[in-house]
Amino acid sequence: MKFDDEPLIPGENLPLRPGHSSPGRLERVLRAGAFAVTAEIAPPDSADPEDVYARAALFDGVVDAMNATDGSGANCHMSSVGMCSLLTRRGYAMVMQVSARDRNRIAIQGDVLGASAMGVSNILCLTGDSVGVGDHPEAKPVFDLDCMSMLSMLRGMRDQRHFLSGRVLTNPPQVFLGAAANPFGPPLDYRPLRLAKKVAAGAQFVQTQYCFDIDVFKDYMRVVRDMGLHEKVFILAGVGPLASAKSAEWIRSNVLGVHIPDSIIRRLSGAEKQKEEGVNICIDMIRELKDIAGVSGVHLMAYRQEHRVAEIVQRSDALAGRELWHPGIARDADPATS
Amino acid sequence: MYRMRTWSVRHARRLKSLYRYLESVLLFAAPLWRRIGYARLDKPFLLLERATKGFLLDSQSCGQCIVGFTGLACPMNCPKTMRNGPCGGVRANGKCEVKPDMDCVWVLAWEGNKRLQEKEYPIQFLQPAVDNRKIGTSAWLREVRRHEV
Repeated sequence: MKFDDEPLIPGENLPLRPGHSSPGRLERVLRAGAFAVTAEIAPPDSADPEDVYARAALFDGVVDAMNATDGSGANCHMSSVGMCSLLTRRGYAMVMQVSARDRNRIAIQGDVLGASAMGVSNILCLTGDSVGVGDHPEAKPVFDLDCMSMLSMLRGMRDQRHFLSGRVLTNPPQVFLGAAANPFGPPLDYRPLRLAKKVAAGAQFVQTQYCFDIDVFKDYMRVVRDMGLHEKVFILAGVGPLASAKSAEWIRSNVLGVHIPDSIIRRLSGAEKQKEEGVNICIDMIRELKDIAGVSGVHLMAYRQEHRVAEIVQRSDALAGRELWHPGIARDADPATS
Repeated sequence: MYRMRTWSVRHARRLKSLYRYLESVLLFAAPLWRRIGYARLDKPFLLLERATKGFLLDSQSCGQCIVGFTGLACPMNCPKTMRNGPCGGVRANGKCEVKPDMDCVWVLAWEGNKRLQEKEYPIQFLQPAVDNRKIGTSAWLREVRRHEV
């Protein structure tokens, strides 16, 4: 997808347009009304940059931006700042996830300034999983902020140009602010209101938990549309392939916040090749989500199946023929600039 | 006390008006508090809060009470000390992600909010991050002083 003000060096950020918060491609794509595709990149347990580049290359040409997770599931991996530092150098559009679990307000504000300076245009504010579910359950949980106070703090840095303390910033971070949403967690009737609160706190886009239960999601979206929220925030619905009926059962009972209905498990267990059926289900979900009014895109979380993302995006036609730039292709052949 | 939490949320409306009455008494006596000296009163006030809010709401005395917004559920009982609503990990049965035997503080808060029957849900009011300096001090005394200025 190309814009009329593409930078000379492909992969660099775009000029900041009036009314936009960031010079990033994701905000441009969403505001242009295209159906956006984002994906979660798993940070390695390694200090080798090549491990990061290899993982990113799996998404070449099929995602508008990728999310660098921040110790997801309270497990230790390469930091989201480190991931973003490496990948912005190559020209990738990044969503930097920031969890309130491990860092206080001083650390987070510093990280966001640094990230914006490196070219990160999107920040996803999360409260974070509790340390108890991860590989260091004995760690001290920080939770100095929650996702809401983090959103409003970062919005203050960007729009009011000051730290939470009131101290003035000489150049504010130009970031598009995001949050997570789980339409499937109790209390269900509060979830649309929670989205409204996140929007009021500063969220401009949200990425949801896995939408395996399309019926519940449709009900949620109906209320969201009645409240007019879909016009105030871009909603990217979470999707991902399940490896097998057994692993779906495991996720259902062990990964909190993920809701998988029986019908999905039945479809998986009835299939000859369960892994392939998991991919098929994911593709069907994307097609169905695309037709729901108010859904602006999908967010792929293909844990341990990242190599299937390109196929899923292509077969589901999520990009609707849009061609995306990626670092591997020459400028002349670059659909973004040619 | 944990067992009182649900009872308090169920009676959120009555307890909130009871608190308003208590607040007006505290505010009425403000000149007296000033004469005694606020610094000297923080401990006794805190003890009073612990005896009442501690018993009824399982209050953790953060010193910046917002239970009027949370349907009388003390948010400091949330293991993530969230001040602005439930996380995404709430169990299907409404229990806490971290403590499976505890009702999610925010499921209770939403219940309490509905019982308050106010024009707008107070839970929607955006709460700032906790001021860590105020933890373990009296929120009621701070409220009295706030009205004074």
